[in-house]
Amino acid sequence: MAEIIVVTSGKGGVGKTTSSASLACGFARRGKKVAVIDFDVGLRNLDLIMGCERRVVYDFVNVIHGEASLKQALIKDKRFENLYVLAASQTRDKDALTKEGVEKVLKELADDGFDIILCDSPAGIEKGAFLAMYYADQAVVVVNPEVSSVRDSDRILGLLSSKTRRAEAGERVKEHLLLTRYSPARVETGEMLSIKDVEDVLGLKTVGVIPESPDVLNASNKGEPVILDMESNAGQAYDDAVARLLGDERPMRFTQMEKKGFFSKIFGG
Amino acid sequence: MSIFDFLKPKKTATASIAKERLRIIVAQERTHRGAPDYLPLLQRELLEVIRKYVSVDGDAVKVEMAKDGDHDVLDISVALPDDRPSAG
Repeated sequence: MAEIIVVTSGKGGVGKTTSSASLACGFARRGKKVAVIDFDVGLRNLDLIMGCERRVVYDFVNVIHGEASLKQALIKDKRFENLYVLAASQTRDKDALTKEGVEKVLKELADDGFDIILCDSPAGIEKGAFLAMYYADQAVVVVNPEVSSVRDSDRILGLLSSKTRRAEAGERVKEHLLLTRYSPARVETGEMLSIKDVEDVLGLKTVGVIPESPDVLNASNKGEPVILDMESNAGQAYDDAVARLLGDERPMRFTQMEKKGFFSKIFGG
Repeated sequence: MSIFDFLKPKKTATASIAKERLRIIVAQERTHRGAPDYLPLLQRELLEVIRKYVSVDGDAVKVEMAKDGDHDVLDISVALPDDRPSAG
């Protein structure tokens, strides 16, 4: 049985695609057969974060319209042989994705033996975001510790509990909170919402906390998802999130302010 | 923290303000969640009709969808103005 996981947020720019790319690599590194699909029709970017932008020949919409087979459109990752990317189309036609078309592709992936299908949602609450979440079994809601992101996430939670296949069948989509761009030092000084603050407001359990890190931009620059950089705190934090999504228990890391040395205590750091 | 911190402008702890504002707005928005899309329009039209007869404030009409056991209840409340003649 393939597990369908949507990575969503409502607000743009909070790290959906960055997170999708890292989670996909993380699952693949743990031996899962993974497909990651870019639902952001018109604004394709997952390919760039995954580093396969020059190998896109056919896209998601081509498959739905029958212009290419799924096999032709899936881009095999260079690092993991069990990881595939399905790029978004760059068409400006908003109706390019259909519910039936999406269902057909997801079913074919499940029949092909994929363990995990990650759906990278576009921002907003329009059709693309709706289709990305509709068939999901689980949702990773990406949130920045910041008012507009938290509020928009709550809208998304409302949609997950009403506008999905599971909701229509009287079941629940399993929701997880993924906090990104977290800055423990700023939380300590009371300038930033803490993990508990966001959990309290949204009523969600945290599956991962990704610290604010320059490594994330460096990773995007290179087209190598940050989870592959196991030296970096952000990479390790994504790896923890992957482990938790697969049912492992892991203590939260990088959520406390780093202890400063004597010198920086005196002179500031 | 450093002994020179007093030289920096003091920052206020704003996260608690953020949390309080979010708690309120999220709770408010959740009460409207799942309600049909026509509620705001219904509310506006009801207000117009009532205004033909009584002079009421813009927020006098409240339309809410509530759940009562198996069925939905459309809860409409209209606050009429206090029409006791004012002193003087």
